[in-house]
Formats: sequence, structure tokens, C-alpha cells
Amino acid sequence: MSTEPSAERGPWSLALRRFLRNRLAVAFLGLFVLIVVFVLAAPLWADHVADTGPNQEHTVEQITVDGEKKDVVSVEGKPIGPQWFGAGGKFFLGADSRLGRDEMVRLMYGGRTSLLVGISAALLATLLAIALGLLAGYFGGWVDSLIARTLDVIWSLPVFLIGLAVGIALAVGGLKLGPLELSSGSLWNPILIISIFTVPYIARPIRGEVLSLSQKEFVEAAIAQGASPARVMFTEILPNLASTVIVFFTLMIANSMLFEAGLSFLGAGVQPPNSSWGTMITVGVELLRIQPLLAILPGLMIMLTVLSLNVVGDALRDALDPRGKARLDAALQFEAQAGATRPVGEASLS
Amino acid sequence: MIRFVARRLVGMAAVLFAVSVIVFVVFMVLPKQNPAQSLAGKNATPLLVKNIEEEWGFDESLPKQYLTMMEKVFTGELIQYEPRLPVSDRIVEGIPATFSLTIGAAAIWLFFGLLLGYLSAIRAGGWLDRILTGVSIAGISVPVFLLAPVLIYVFANKLEILPNGQYVPFSEDPAEWLKHLVLPWVTLAVLSIGFYSRVLRSNMLDVMNEDYVRTARAKGLSERQVMTRHVLRNSLIPVITLFGLDFGATIAGTAIITEAIFDIDGVGNYAAEAVAKFELPPIMGVALYGAFFVVLMNTIVDIVYAYLDPRVRLGETASG
Repeated sequence: MSTEPSAERGPWSLALRRFLRNRLAVAFLGLFVLIVVFVLAAPLWADHVADTGPNQEHTVEQITVDGEKKDVVSVEGKPIGPQWFGAGGKFFLGADSRLGRDEMVRLMYGGRTSLLVGISAALLATLLAIALGLLAGYFGGWVDSLIARTLDVIWSLPVFLIGLAVGIALAVGGLKLGPLELSSGSLWNPILIISIFTVPYIARPIRGEVLSLSQKEFVEAAIAQGASPARVMFTEILPNLASTVIVFFTLMIANSMLFEAGLSFLGAGVQPPNSSWGTMITVGVELLRIQPLLAILPGLMIMLTVLSLNVVGDALRDALDPRGKARLDAALQFEAQAGATRPVGEASLS
Repeated sequence: MIRFVARRLVGMAAVLFAVSVIVFVVFMVLPKQNPAQSLAGKNATPLLVKNIEEEWGFDESLPKQYLTMMEKVFTGELIQYEPRLPVSDRIVEGIPATFSLTIGAAAIWLFFGLLLGYLSAIRAGGWLDRILTGVSIAGISVPVFLLAPVLIYVFANKLEILPNGQYVPFSEDPAEWLKHLVLPWVTLAVLSIGFYSRVLRSNMLDVMNEDYVRTARAKGLSERQVMTRHVLRNSLIPVITLFGLDFGATIAGTAIITEAIFDIDGVGNYAAEAVAKFELPPIMGVALYGAFFVVLMNTIVDIVYAYLDPRVRLGETASG
């Protein structure tokens, strides 16, 4: 860093330049954007091309493919395979099961759920982590001990197993906690579970950073000027956390999506009538022998999304913290502990 | 050392207590629905629900209810209601399959993970390193619920050279046991092979810059001796800790999904079937016993690690 940063080259624009120089990361960012556009286009495709909804059944229907009539679901219960544009885009990827639902439409709507749950859970976990990290790191003392110990305990839990148990308990009985009441099929159930059990992965590094930031001269100066704790936390410390938060948020979305897919695959995550890529795999595995794409496509979508987020997250880390290594420990632990739902974080290891 | 062990044991007790409280709160306190109804299952008779209510003491105070639950868990009286069987019996029945799956997979991932990591570290920057890096990244990125269907489709349905799942006990037929476990082992191992080879590679690259490696070279050791005796050995310590943690996490995580896809009659599949049927007692049981096991494993790993490496027990540990 030069001692006199020029006006148009702030740290953010430097970071952006470093990020853009990483062509692999830019390509994967493009892939992620494509996936988001794909799932956002779900209603367009459903209404104007496929002319059906994600849960609409076509058990006894026929479609015309190149002038030929075909059963959507055969007499033996076998769903139709991919038709591409043979039927004007209807059943582009075939039907999903003996219920004869349009696989392409379900893939788009399922992706909406997967991304929605993943992003919401990551957002919630990040906000919670910022609040906890600021409180613990700034106040220290017993506040810090309490928060740090709680995070340690959650960290040591086999989170997927406990998440599975909580997921199914909520899916059976719903949730009633004071004013907060959730029905058993609510999307909030997996979102809450995932965010709470993944908080430590991001709260621990944030706490560490707040601890070291609060020793810095500019924070002492602010305190000496009579700034209130809230003011110090929000206007002095918080802006300096931005790069850590951005990097971890990206990685957390990937992590949360894997968590959701695992829970939903087993039936303890997203509940009907909602479906996600995870629940679609459960349906697809049944028909693996005759229509392998039904299980493989949603899995592939999850992989591509998670991979692109991980590559982008790592490139962001490199771009925002060029001297590197600083957060390597945190990243390594993040990966080691995430277990079943381990994010990639590739560059941090190389 | 004694102080360290004591501290770890207290930590373990705290985590186990937290697990049991979470399970209690989530199953008994939070749900809107009457917990006895949830425990009894979907097709329960009102009489059964009433019996469960009395048995679990749902009209008592919450601490009392918690104690009742823990008593049931420790005395093996946690019961699934359709059909009526002790949960602990079913879990014990599932252990051979689960251990066959996880231990076999762990052996594979450790062997190949270390091999690939070693090869790519000693050829860092070369073409072999680049190929292995690509392979590792691909391995890390494939989730089990994509890899398993692909493997089943290719090797069981198309090529028909391996069975598509299920478990044959080793005592019945060792050859079939092996054949049935190959695909699940690979499924479970691939992710970790990629991960371990990356970790070992980066550890070795770090260690190569240490002074004692230069000294070893200076005193005239062959490159091979330097690599195996000095670099590899010192790079293994963190990998082994990671292995202890991962092994527990695998048992409590990806193994459940793998067992479900391959229909292996282990503890994980028992839980997965219970989830599909919305049966709560087995899930409570698997979560509690599973968490106990995993936390115990992690504590043992920590203590062994501290015994091997004095720096850990003297300073703050990475695993807290």
C-alpha cells in the first residue's frame, strides 16, 4: 500500500481490479448469475412455454410430439423422457415421476427454493454473527466468555445430525416460541435451523477481528472523543469488517445450500408442497434405472451453484486480502468443522 | 496434561448436556402439536397417545420431563411405537453396517488423500501437481447426492458389475460384503480424498520452508529421506487431527445420506427411514447416541493429539 492512496484508486476499486484479473472467478461468477437468471425465469417458462405449474400433475394426459401422440405417464407408470422442443417446450426434460409433473418447471422452481433457503439462511447467520461478534469482541469480559462458550458448544455439535433431528421435529409439530409461530411446512424451519447451526463458522472469525480492531488507535481515539459504544461499534469497527463479511457470506450461501439439500433429501428440510433440488433428488433416485437424469440434474445444479459460490468466495478473499494468509486459519477450521456440509474454500489451501 | 484432560472432559460434558437440552427442547417444548401425539406417530390411537403422555409425564414440570427423557435414554427404554421396539436395539443392530461403511471409506480416503497430496507436493508447480489439483478440486466439489446416483447408474445399472447397494454382513459372505460396499466407500471417500490431498500438499509446502528441512539437506540426506522423514512426518500431525474430527462428522453426516441412497442397513438408514415416516423416537435416539459418540471421539482425538504434541496442551488449542 502506498502511503498516499490516489483519489480514484480506493481499496475497493483495487480489490475489484484484483478480482477481475482472476478470469476463472469471473467465469464462475457468470455461471452463478446464469443460474440465478434460470431460476428467476421460472414463472416465464412455466406460463409461456411449458404451460403448467411445478406441482400440476399430468397423470393421464397425452402430448403431441412432432405430430405423434405420447402418454406423459405410460400405463406401467413410467414418466416420459426429455422431449426438448419436440412438444413446443412442454416436458423439455420429461416428467418427474408417475405424477407426470414437468421436470424442467420443477427444476426452475426447485432452484428458487434452494437458493432462497440458502441465501436467507446465510444472511440470517451473517447478521447474527455480526451482532454476536461485535458484542463479544467489543465488550470482552463475561459477555465475551458467554458468547464464545456458546459458539464453542454449537461448533462441537454434530450439526447435520442435530439439524436433522430438529428439522423433523419441526416438520412434524411446527414451532411455537412466544409470538413466533411456524407451521410444520414453513420454509422458515430449514432457514432457522441452518442459520443457527452455522453461526459459529462466521461469528468466530468476526469476533477475532473485532478483538484486534478494538485495540487499534482509531478506536481508542473515538472512545477518547466520547463516542458511545454503539457509535464505536457501528461507525468505527463495522465498516472494517466488510471484507471478512463479504467473503464468508459467499461461502456460507454455498454451505447452507448443501446443508439444505442434505436435510431435504432425507425429508427433514423443505416440505411439500414446496420442493427444492434436494427433494427432487429423493424423487429421482427412485427412477434411477429408467430415467437417470431425474436424480442427476438437480444434483448437478447444486454442485454447479456451490462450486461457483466457493470459487467466487475464494477469489474475493484473495482480492480483498491480498497479503493472504491472515484468515487462512479461520478458513481451514471453517472447512474442517463443517463436516457433511463442508464448503470448498479451495484457494485458501493452495 | 492432567489439567488439559480435565478441561477437555468438562468441555465434553457441557457439549453433551447442550445436545440433550436441544433435543429435549426441540421435541418436547417447541412444537405446536402435543408432543405425545408426535411421538406416537401418524396413525396412533388416542389410547396410545394418552399412555405416552403418562409415561413421559407431560403434565409434570419441564425439568422433571427432561429427567424422565434422560432416564429413558440411559436405561434403553426409549421406544419406537410402530412397531413397538426399543430404539437402542435397532441402533445396535445397525452398528456393524455403519462401521463397515465408514471405517472402510476412511481407510480409502486417508490412503489416497495422503498419496495424492504427497505426490502433488513433491512435484509442486509441475504438470502432475496441476492434474492432481484438478482431480482434487473435482472431488471436493461433488456432493454425495450427485456422486452416488451417478455411480449406481454407471456401475450397477449400465455396466452391471457391482450391486446397487444393500448390505451383506461380513460374517455371512466376505466377498459379497466387499462387492456391496465398494460403491458406498468410493462415494463417501471421494470428497475427503480431494480435501486431504489439498491439506497435506499445503502443509508440506509450508514445512519445506522450515529451517530444519534446510539443515537436513545441508547434512547431506537424500531428497527422499528429507521428504519422508522430515517434511512428510511433520506435515501429518494436523492431517491426523483433522481425520479424527472428520471421521466423527462423517458418521453423523454424509454417511446417513450414503446409507439412505445405497439402502445399507446401518444406523443412518434407520434414522433416514424414521425421517421418511415422521417417526420421532428413533430420531431422538440416533441424534442423542450419535452425538454422544461423535463428541466422545473428538475429545479422545484432542487428548491424544495433546499427548503427542506438547505445544497444544500448553497453549490455546485450535479446537478450543
